[in-house]
Amino acid sequence: MLAYIGRRLGAMIVILFGSSFLLYNLAAYSGDPTEGLRTSTDPKAHQQLLSLIRTLHLNVPPPARFFIWFKGIIGGFTGNFDLGMTRDANPVSTYITNAIPVTIRLVLLSTILAILLGIGFGIVSALRQYSRFDYALTFFAFLLYSLPIFWVAVLLKAYLAISFNNFLLNGSIAPLWIISASAISGFFWAAVISGTRQRVLAIFGIAGSATAIFLELLSLNKWFTHPGLGPIMMLALGLGFALGVTYLSTGLGNKAALRSSLTVIVLGFILYFPVEYLLKKYGSLSTLFEMLLVTIAIAWAVGFGFAKIDRRPVIRTSILTSLFAALLFVIDKLMKSWVPYVNTDAVHQRPIPTIGQANDLLPSGNFWFTFLDTVLHLVLPTVALLLISMAGYIRYSRGTMLEVLNQDYIRTARAKGLSERTVIMRHAFRNTLIPITTIIVVDFAGVLGGAIITERVFGWRGMGTQFNNALNNQDLNLLMAVQLVTSSMVILANLVADLLYSALDPRIRVVGKK
Amino acid sequence: MSIFSRRAKSIEEQTEGDIFNKETEGLTQGQIVRKRFVRHRGAMVSLVVLVSLVLFVFSTLGFKIFGFGFNGWWKYKIIDIPELRTNGCSVALPGCPTLDLLPGKNFGLGDHPFGQDDLGRDYFALVMRGAERSIEVTVVIGLVAGVIGTVVGSIAGFYRGWVDAILMRINDFIITIPTIIVASVIGFHFGNKGVLFLAIFVGLFIWGGLSRLVRGEFLTLREREFVDAARVAGASNRRIIFKHILPNAIGIIVVSVTLLMSGAILLEAALSYLGFGVVAPDVSLGLLISQYQDSFTTRPWLFWYPGLIIIIIALCINFIGDGLRDAFDPRQRRRISHKDRAAERNPTAKKK
Repeated sequence: MLAYIGRRLGAMIVILFGSSFLLYNLAAYSGDPTEGLRTSTDPKAHQQLLSLIRTLHLNVPPPARFFIWFKGIIGGFTGNFDLGMTRDANPVSTYITNAIPVTIRLVLLSTILAILLGIGFGIVSALRQYSRFDYALTFFAFLLYSLPIFWVAVLLKAYLAISFNNFLLNGSIAPLWIISASAISGFFWAAVISGTRQRVLAIFGIAGSATAIFLELLSLNKWFTHPGLGPIMMLALGLGFALGVTYLSTGLGNKAALRSSLTVIVLGFILYFPVEYLLKKYGSLSTLFEMLLVTIAIAWAVGFGFAKIDRRPVIRTSILTSLFAALLFVIDKLMKSWVPYVNTDAVHQRPIPTIGQANDLLPSGNFWFTFLDTVLHLVLPTVALLLISMAGYIRYSRGTMLEVLNQDYIRTARAKGLSERTVIMRHAFRNTLIPITTIIVVDFAGVLGGAIITERVFGWRGMGTQFNNALNNQDLNLLMAVQLVTSSMVILANLVADLLYSALDPRIRVVGKK
Repeated sequence: MSIFSRRAKSIEEQTEGDIFNKETEGLTQGQIVRKRFVRHRGAMVSLVVLVSLVLFVFSTLGFKIFGFGFNGWWKYKIIDIPELRTNGCSVALPGCPTLDLLPGKNFGLGDHPFGQDDLGRDYFALVMRGAERSIEVTVVIGLVAGVIGTVVGSIAGFYRGWVDAILMRINDFIITIPTIIVASVIGFHFGNKGVLFLAIFVGLFIWGGLSRLVRGEFLTLREREFVDAARVAGASNRRIIFKHILPNAIGIIVVSVTLLMSGAILLEAALSYLGFGVVAPDVSLGLLISQYQDSFTTRPWLFWYPGLIIIIIALCINFIGDGLRDAFDPRQRRRISHKDRAAERNPTAKKK
């Protein structure tokens, strides 16, 4: 195994060498960084020209200059990694190390959401093959696939940010909106759950009226201007989630799983005020992380205590439930900071920003303000990226699921009388995840490259911005650094995908290839 | 009953195979593919829409190649600057669109169907020119990348050994540079040399995925019995490649080239949007969107029309690709409709 990884890493250096050489020469031969200075009439220009030539080694022809650059990269093995200098004689590495976290923040959440939603929709669509829901979702996926992101972004800015901010000034929903939202929700749930005609109509009625009542209540209580969950609401949401996740994960027949997940939620409810106090008093990312670890440990212990045999699925269920509970706590805390946040001068009643990665005018020091600010700045780019990258997952997981459902072992599972839930979740779903895992990894690397457009549209200062600047200023070393990072991501992702594939699918052996 | 419930399938599964076999009896591969494609409703509708859109776009302004050509039927050219239309528009917003699809007095294209931009240029002419550019770029990228990808993939997969090793390393080099990066570098420097130049150059760098697929297909096909049979019968390598393997790999090639083209139109739009694609005196859909994105709140038509055209083209190509994939996939089984089952139960009914 180690030898295999070593061999692949060796090949990676060769490939990086080749692709960098290609791009380096392409970029170097097609533009001249000294052009502006040579034609300038400024008396200092000549001096600047000479120093530029010296720092960037411009007197060496590009194919040879590439090796000067590559020597700095290879230097990484002996500890003095060198990405070269920008045009202003600053080290490239500082620009890049500042830019990478921004880009990752930009794409991480949307990728996770796209994976979860895409796989969920794709699988339901496969289970309802050739139904109206399936056709509608297929059309929807193709539509998303054909959308230019910068076009969607303008629409989102107009309708999601500006209109929503206007709506928040008042906070009551117009009846027309309530009716259409209820109709959409009714159609959606009726299509997902499906059944006989009476059943579909009943589901449509129940889901539709539930949505209408819910929205009307929120609207009447001014919930949108004063959002919050509170312990009772959280208990209700948590119990609902506990039932749902137990049903999907082990089935409600597994009493130990059901009891442990419900216990986790009740524990969370009992501990509401202490946790609340802790979050308020010691708000920081590291505290959040520590509390998350404690939560998982408690959930593990609960699951361990309730299950006497076959502990793994029970522990899995209770940990999943506890993660949701933790998320609820964070959302609750964020919602509590909402009203003071919106009323600060920096925000001025327009909470959803159309551009930028953070509000610089916001008073610093309050962790929850900064957190909420980050989350709100993520809304638009995340929705835009989510819409676009979800389409691929929907199509791919639908196709894989259909393929898996045709396999003999599914027929066997059904033939031996397993419940449909067990067949789908334990036999089909897990095998569907194997090929999907590999495209997830590769896709994430691709998204990093695609962030160039997203960053431009939403005014984030990440890798994409560096790339744009580098290209416009003929800053070759900066350009190559961006390419190096994204290309390494692509190659590493491919390696991880192969390793994961062999780990998940015992039929595939990576080492046995001789 | 729940999310996992499924319809009773037993009868369906029993007869599915019979109906499927009966349907393809006595047909050649090409006929089966054509039959399946025609049955894919989304793909057929998209094909009709796409073909009519292309004809419409290219006849609007007319074109000229090597002295041949004709003038378009539209009264304005992109260089014309007619006066801003004021009657019928609100005072603050002259130049609003005249397109009216509702039956009535104003039905039809009118003077400026897509409105006018802030200078007064006819936006319909601009969008049509942009669509021309986008379609040209898409086709050229598809052709260049398709040909290179197929040739490289076939050679690597057929000859294997050191030829394969070298070609696949080059392929790796190209595939690891993200498309948008290499395309931006090319576009930034060559965008001013014309659209065709840009498209050809971009095409030279995005055949990586296709050639891998073709190579994989060749690697499996070359081990099949019919290739051995051809070789024993004395066929040359060239004949085996072109007459025996390539026709069997054509499905995967056609489908990937289609998807590549739908990606190419979005790529061109993105490049022009970033300013690394088609540049100012020329027009492209991405460029129009980037020029007028700030007008969204004041003159929304300047933003909507180019975007809608991009989406229609990309959507049609995607659906056609899906239809082709279904048509070429031998494992694909179509839904058995009630009509088929009735025909199965009562074979004479069909003949009436």
